[in-house]
Amino acid sequence: MAAVRHLDTSAIAWQRQGLIPGYAPELGQEAAQVGSGYAVDTTRDFVFPTYREMGVARAMGVDMVAYMSTHKATWHGGLYNPLESRLAPIQAVVGGSVLHAVGWAHGQTLAGNADGRLGVAMTYFGDGASSQGDIHEAMNFAAVMKAPVVFFVQNNGWAISVPTEHQVAGGSVAARAAGYGIPAQRIDGNDVVAVVEATRHAFAHARAGNGPALIEAMTYRRGPHSTSDDPGRYRSLNEERDDAGEDPLERFRKRLLADGVADEAFFAEALAAAKAEEELLRAGVQELGSRPGNEMFDLVFQETTPALQAQAANWREESEHV
Amino acid sequence: MSNATLESGADMADGTARHGVEQLSMQQALNRALDEVLAEHPKTLVFGEDCGRLGGVFRVTDGLQAKHGSGRVFDTPLAESGILGMSVGLAMAGFHPIPEVQFDGFAYPAINQIVCQIARMNYRSRGTLPMPITLRVPSFGGIRAPEHHGESLEALFAHVPGLKVVSPSNPHEAYHLFKYAATRPDPVIFMEPKSRYWQKGEVDLANAEAGGGSPTDAKVMREGRHLTLVAWGAMVARCLQVAGLAAEDGIDVEVLDLRWLKPIDEAALAASVRKTRRAVVVHEAPLTSGLGAEVAQLITQACFDTLKAPVERITGFDVPYPSGDLEDEYIPNVDRILFGIQRVLEYRRG
Ligand SMILES: Cc1ncc(C[n+]2csc(CCOP(=O)(O)OP(=O)(O)O)c2C)c(N)n1
Repeated sequence: MAAVRHLDTSAIAWQRQGLIPGYAPELGQEAAQVGSGYAVDTTRDFVFPTYREMGVARAMGVDMVAYMSTHKATWHGGLYNPLESRLAPIQAVVGGSVLHAVGWAHGQTLAGNADGRLGVAMTYFGDGASSQGDIHEAMNFAAVMKAPVVFFVQNNGWAISVPTEHQVAGGSVAARAAGYGIPAQRIDGNDVVAVVEATRHAFAHARAGNGPALIEAMTYRRGPHSTSDDPGRYRSLNEERDDAGEDPLERFRKRLLADGVADEAFFAEALAAAKAEEELLRAGVQELGSRPGNEMFDLVFQETTPALQAQAANWREESEHV
Repeated sequence: MSNATLESGADMADGTARHGVEQLSMQQALNRALDEVLAEHPKTLVFGEDCGRLGGVFRVTDGLQAKHGSGRVFDTPLAESGILGMSVGLAMAGFHPIPEVQFDGFAYPAINQIVCQIARMNYRSRGTLPMPITLRVPSFGGIRAPEHHGESLEALFAHVPGLKVVSPSNPHEAYHLFKYAATRPDPVIFMEPKSRYWQKGEVDLANAEAGGGSPTDAKVMREGRHLTLVAWGAMVARCLQVAGLAAEDGIDVEVLDLRWLKPIDEAALAASVRKTRRAVVVHEAPLTSGLGAEVAQLITQACFDTLKAPVERITGFDVPYPSGDLEDEYIPNVDRILFGIQRVLEYRRG
């Protein structure tokens, strides 16, 4: 969590310094992301992120330079290998990959993995995304097909400028799951222990062949929607202070101290490690060159077409001419 | 006629006359146009994701909710199919919806409602349920944005019977074309070149078509004798830049801003190319089945006998719109357009 917090806040600085053109911070959502990502078994599960799941990626052990490359504008989906990382490409379409998770999960059933050993798909989406028709289709499909999928909703209070109360009728995404017969847990998404427990519970349910489960992690987007957003236009600092609740990192720290599991030296060490990691990542991101232009053409199809090859040839000729 | 047809007045509803020339960015010009349309036409509604309180991610609807109320300018839940589907019902109820999709790529989730419903309700209902819907779509690339924030959808829309498509190239065009489009009784896709939102330009508020012409004409932005560059949206400015460079080499390029991508002003294309006898079409969208093919065919049809060379197309490639690092490789740049001009000028009949 310390590494994620430090990288996240640093990425905003990277943007301000011109190292990356944009970033979607997850400040305040570390417990929801790290806690859920921690429950994934990367030998058999598969995760479908949005554009804001840096903490999930880090918790799953994804190559973070390759992950951050999407924010450097190197490659839209990120440069990490989704198959090896068990993390689908970064998804810019709100609600875009939720049905994919259902399909992947149904594939596990079709592949004949016995109940109890099923690979589970976990799909992330926000309170805003929950308005998309695709989300409702996904929940219905999953329930009808008993697909081993975990819907992980981060309800962070906002979809850019629109607050949850103007977005989600009834105020809760978890409540909708009942309509599809899907068991749902609405949890304190700022409590990392609660998140790990709820996610493990949902995975066990799905893995055992009982079908989908939904978790609505109540959290708060403490930062702007993205580095081009100005939250001052739709919420005040006082509101932020009142609504954000306790910082998930501070909360976990208090708990670890109280339980005697960690001491101040432990946190100092964690911070030092986070700083060292960020420096390495920063250097890695800085070194990322542009991808060669021919990749634009080479990666469109597995079997290219003569017309596309001709366009690539023209492009090469003209760019060499200049 | 239905109550959907709106008359455009010359003066503001509050009685103040519009006159004079102002320096405005396209974002400001559109904001002004929206404000006036809301004031003049009580049935118009402006809505979409973050359009209300925030004033839109590009601030095009900034201040409109405060001024016209949250009944007329409002945020919707995050669902494009919902936004466009609801527009159909509002139009049936006698309103003139002006919905926004936040970025070009997010028109895709609404395609079902746009193509299967909005575009054909007038036809289906035998003219009794017109669809006076003006869909604002921040469009085209050039801002190093995430995926689906840089697409050019004009050919997709133009192909659909029942839709009209228009794209302004500068603040003056944006102001007047919007005011015209937003008072039509048919659905219009209004494609705003987002890379040009912040450039300022002169807006002659009272005078839409200086030198005559109608709001549905294509517009000659620069006169020339040797070749016609045909473009729209953000590519018009680039073509004007190219024309300036070509002039240094003694090549006199005419730049035609098509403005309406459907219906296309065939007469203007014919008039320009009959004069210059050569044409190059420039667009950001991929080549194959792009609107350039339509333009080239219209020119060929009208000017076959006078053409000195086949019509050339300088366009994006048949690849998904790339990430920021490769954006400049993708969007037609000055050099590629100049090469195209050169090929056309050097063409010799076999
Ligand atoms: C289909 C689609 N529509 C609109 C957008 C623009 N957009 C990006 S994020 C966002 C808000 C998403 O809110 P939410 O789902 O709650 O997730 P959060 O950003 O709060 O993590 C919007 C409107 C988009 N990316 N995709």
